Amino acid sequence: MRLPALGVRFLILATFGIFFAVPILWLILAPTRTDKALIMGHPIAFGSFHQVALAWKHLDAFSGHIYRRWIANTLYYALSATAITLVVSVPAGYGLAIGKFPGRKLVLSLTLVVMIMPAAALVLPIFLELNAMHLIGRSLSVILPFAFFPFGVYLAYIYYVTALPPDLLDAARVDGAGELQTFLRVALPLAKPVLALIFFFSFVADWNNFFLPYVLLADSNQYPITVGLSDLLASTPSFNPSVGGGGQSVNIFKPELALATLLAVVPIAIVFVFSQRALVRGLVGGAVKE
Amino acid sequence: MTSEYAEATRRRGLRNLQGMPFVLPYLPFLVVFGIAPTVYALELAFTNVDGGWVAFHNFVRTYDDFRFVPAFKHVLVYTSVWLGTLVVFVVGLALLLHGRANRVSAGFRFLFYIPGALAGAASVLVWLFMLDPSVSPGSFLLHHVVGASIFAQSIAPGNLPFIFAMIAFWTGAGGWIVVMYGALNTIPPDLEEAARIDGAGPITIALRLKLPLIRKWIAYMVILSFATGTQLFVEPEIVQHASFGLVPDTWSANQLAYQMAFRYGDFNGAAAIAVDLLVIGLAGAVLIVTRSGLFRTDD
Repeated sequence: MRLPALGVRFLILATFGIFFAVPILWLILAPTRTDKALIMGHPIAFGSFHQVALAWKHLDAFSGHIYRRWIANTLYYALSATAITLVVSVPAGYGLAIGKFPGRKLVLSLTLVVMIMPAAALVLPIFLELNAMHLIGRSLSVILPFAFFPFGVYLAYIYYVTALPPDLLDAARVDGAGELQTFLRVALPLAKPVLALIFFFSFVADWNNFFLPYVLLADSNQYPITVGLSDLLASTPSFNPSVGGGGQSVNIFKPELALATLLAVVPIAIVFVFSQRALVRGLVGGAVKE
Repeated sequence: MTSEYAEATRRRGLRNLQGMPFVLPYLPFLVVFGIAPTVYALELAFTNVDGGWVAFHNFVRTYDDFRFVPAFKHVLVYTSVWLGTLVVFVVGLALLLHGRANRVSAGFRFLFYIPGALAGAASVLVWLFMLDPSVSPGSFLLHHVVGASIFAQSIAPGNLPFIFAMIAFWTGAGGWIVVMYGALNTIPPDLEEAARIDGAGPITIALRLKLPLIRKWIAYMVILSFATGTQLFVEPEIVQHASFGLVPDTWSANQLAYQMAFRYGDFNGAAAIAVDLLVIGLAGAVLIVTRSGLFRTDD
């Protein structure tokens, strides 16, 4: 009576497990095989490491090492934006938590609304605004919008509201520390866990963003990897026969495309594996009370 | 006496501004990339090229565009399919996993969650391979269920809302399953025990006891996903590159707005559609903030 129910349960879970895992397994194995082997052979099989090296050689040669450039751009955009986010959002969260100034509630409510609103809803409005200011096509036109990260402010705010005893601040003030010193000496060191959280969320969001850089950048040398991948896809005869004879010379086929996709997600995958719990909190905006 | 009074007032005034200097550096970001774009999009949407007030003309004009209704219809079908699968499978799988907390459950949660690392462009590329019958590990499914023997048949226009819903489910479901599982863990064990003593079976407990207790989280997931779903852009934009011209570049509403701005230089029309979408996103966010009780703005 009990056993069949258990079996059914496991069967359902395993079916979904296959659905979630097989595409990733395929992606990891594909660069080890030739385009021909991918089509003719068993869909899930290992080729050789030599083939991976060859696929990398082709990918790296594409458009004069532009793949490296895309990865470097992505690192540059994501790291600079995240650095600004940290410098701006942690003090802001602190100020909102300890402050009682007029307008505090308004800033907090606006922050919450923008945080929950899908980021894509603001991309075209931001484009229209920056376009009117003639600020399109620069690194800063991507980095600065990325650096506006209301979720970071909210995380810092919640952290200081729940984890910072007011007595501690008063003690520092009695000792004659100014407001800035109190923040730097008492509040900031306390916020290490929340700094790590904001770093992860902001970095992942920036790394994966496609729409904003796609709209704001025109030169393929400036692309981050997400937009670069779509450029690569448009240049391969594997999915785009219209590339035709020209496609043969770029040498980008399925193994190269799979390798490009795989390398593009490595930094995020590392973050994911090590921070499942923390990252899931991102979905619920820190609202899960533990 | 007077100086003491003045001093007290001054200090009270300062205390009233306490914390404000820390917020100041953040305000330009909030204004320039949150409020100003919204205001500017609104202004563009209600004016013409010369800046003259045209009331709802841009909204009517874009609505009458032959691509408008199909684009919103696509997005609506996609969002409905996605929400349906999310609610049924996320809640179902979380309940199945919660039945017994053990290592198997943790392993499955991790497995479901990891495709989240491939959000956006990368997930679309992976699924292009999965939908290509010549290389896909699921080619027998493509043959027998979808009836596709070549890639172009897999991405036939009628399949697209389902394909995009599947991609979104593949990358996003695991995260939600972990969230729901976490919410289920906050249910006191005594409650379950009491129900069991009353003779309730595992299915009754799941549906009658656990489900109502995580209703708030399900509502949150639905509203947030609805708002996100309507903004669809990356998936159709990338698939369009690989579609032999089968998929129009105005498949989704956001794509249509993008094309209006970029191909036709019609910023007022683009702004009108962007405002349509902004209103949907904003309504979802305000609903969650004011009604769900999941976020706090007060201490």
